[in-house]
Amino acid sequence: MTAASPDVVAPGRVFLALLRRDIHVARRELAAFLVRTTLQPILFVVVFGYLLPRMGFVQKGYTSALLPGILGISLALSSIQSVALPMVTDFGWTREIEDRLLAPVPVYLIAIEKVVAGVLQGFIAALFVLPIARLIMGPIESLSIQHFGTVFLVIVLGSASFSALGLLLGTMISPQQIGLMFGVIIAPMIFFGCAYYPWRGLDAVPVMKYAVLINPLVYVAEGMRGALTPDLPHMPLRYVTGALALLTTLFLTLGMRSFEKRAIG
Amino acid sequence: MILAPIIATRALRKIYPGSKPGRSLFGGGLALPGAPGMTPRSPTDVVALEGLDLEVAAGEFFGLLGPNGAGKTTTLDILTTRTRPTSGTALIDGADVVRESVRVKQRIGVVPQRPNPDRSLTAIENLLFHAAYFGISKSVALTRARELLAMLGIATRETARVPELSGGQQQRLMIARALIHQPSVLFLDEPTVGLDPQARLALWEILRKLHAEGRTIVMTTHYMEEADRLCDRLAIVDHGRLLAIDTPANLKARAPGGTLLELTLDGDAGGCAGPAGHLPGVLRVETSRELLRVFARRGEEVIAQLIKIVDQAGRTVTNIHLAPPSLETLFISLTGRKLE
Ligand SMILES: Nc1ncnc2c1ncn2[C@@H]1O[C@H](COP(=O)(O)OP(=O)(O)OP(=O)(O)O)[C@@H](O)[C@H]1O
Ligand SMILES: [Mg+2]
Repeated sequence: MTAASPDVVAPGRVFLALLRRDIHVARRELAAFLVRTTLQPILFVVVFGYLLPRMGFVQKGYTSALLPGILGISLALSSIQSVALPMVTDFGWTREIEDRLLAPVPVYLIAIEKVVAGVLQGFIAALFVLPIARLIMGPIESLSIQHFGTVFLVIVLGSASFSALGLLLGTMISPQQIGLMFGVIIAPMIFFGCAYYPWRGLDAVPVMKYAVLINPLVYVAEGMRGALTPDLPHMPLRYVTGALALLTTLFLTLGMRSFEKRAIG
Repeated sequence: MILAPIIATRALRKIYPGSKPGRSLFGGGLALPGAPGMTPRSPTDVVALEGLDLEVAAGEFFGLLGPNGAGKTTTLDILTTRTRPTSGTALIDGADVVRESVRVKQRIGVVPQRPNPDRSLTAIENLLFHAAYFGISKSVALTRARELLAMLGIATRETARVPELSGGQQQRLMIARALIHQPSVLFLDEPTVGLDPQARLALWEILRKLHAEGRTIVMTTHYMEEADRLCDRLAIVDHGRLLAIDTPANLKARAPGGTLLELTLDGDAGGCAGPAGHLPGVLRVETSRELLRVFARRGEEVIAQLIKIVDQAGRTVTNIHLAPPSLETLFISLTGRKLE
């Protein structure tokens, strides 16, 4: 293809080029990325999945409830951060994203590409944490990897909802507010995300049981439970996938609108 | 009126909403979509463009001049689809910058006022990926990228990461990036700011060559010499309005006759305006605070008398600036009020 042909390039081709750029950068920063997004869940595994059971403070079976949640947290941290953090600085300070905004595709496609890249990074984080967590915790009761298809589905839907949430946050937050984002949004999301305890456990606090349903992490954690430890109580898979699809659509719609507003002032 | 202009704007207006600190998530709630085409609603709103009509012919080298805050960057941002106009229309090669932004983006190259290279990439990767966004194959892109880096004198910085590049090198990279997809319309916002004199001359040569190839170039600049030498036509804008538009030669002919004498005093110059206006050969007098600005024939002869007048007014001259009739004197006479 030569030069300044006025014909418009196929959007799919541009999309792939945008994705290639993000993969290229992510690969170069893979180690830092993994440390940033998986160290915290892994440390949690060390304390709650290894030390406390050994000390007898928690029951042995706790690890079965914990592992799916840990995967959910890794997914949340990696997808949200990989989309939101660069975007906050891009829109807030550097306007680096401008060379992509000038690409001959509608601006919303650039937003969607960011979400797809976030899904890939969530995937990598989850696949990285799973074997490490299993190794630290030792054998886990009723763990089964037979439902790999379900695990895959929950990871994809889960990281899609987190990436879309990252898009929304990344376009709404100013650089000075990044710390606040972790304190006010991400931390509560993790603690009330049924990651460290099954949703069924909240029967004890009914108000909370229904309040947490706006939290995507709840569905990811429960979905992982359904996929990895299907014999233990968990939310039915159809609710999990339905809710995640709904939340993804919601975040993506709002996020794309917000992205366009930031991109084209 | 230009037949089949490649760039055309009609009654272009842009109002920036006034800044309410922290207009984002944890600040004043979500930013709601503002109603387009409205008159300023709040006193803090900034009117950047106030009904701008511009036409640029295909193949023209067009210059946009104006003091800081005149609306040059806003105009370029709208023409390059990066800012939405509040009202009015802008077309590039017949494509509307808002409704057909993809077609517009396909045709344009942009050098922004502030360099914004992709900091996660190296110099050459910036070019290669930008080319890829335009569907250009890797091998073609690589050849062009090397050529451009050499042409802009940063070939040795090929594999340097952006943070390792100096400011001027980043600016050169921005120019290379704007050219890699060989756009037919090129927008440059103060492209020579931050370049050393050698690089500036080199860029002039590059721009002349591109112009000779038939590309349309729109450039903003604060350097009158640059505008004079390069541009076919110039527009002088201020407060978002078009003040003058013509060839450099015609504009110079319109410059208020005579030399501009600009005297800086040690206090308010208001009292000197009357007597200065009565001096023989003086065409026009303006004052703003401690500045006394006089357009006069035979400027050298008027200086001594001006100094005398200033003396009589009980003031002292701290600085004198002399400029023969030029784009600069026209620019100052058109936009002079800006200093107030
Ligand atoms: N993002 C923005 N938000 C609010 N006001 C803005 C914004 N961008 C520009 N303005 C205002 O709009 C007006 C025009 O700005 P613009 O950047 O177009 O000027 P300019 O002619 O490019 O000036 P300079 O020579 O300094 O680059 C100025 O008053 C400026 O303060
Ligand atoms: Mg500007």
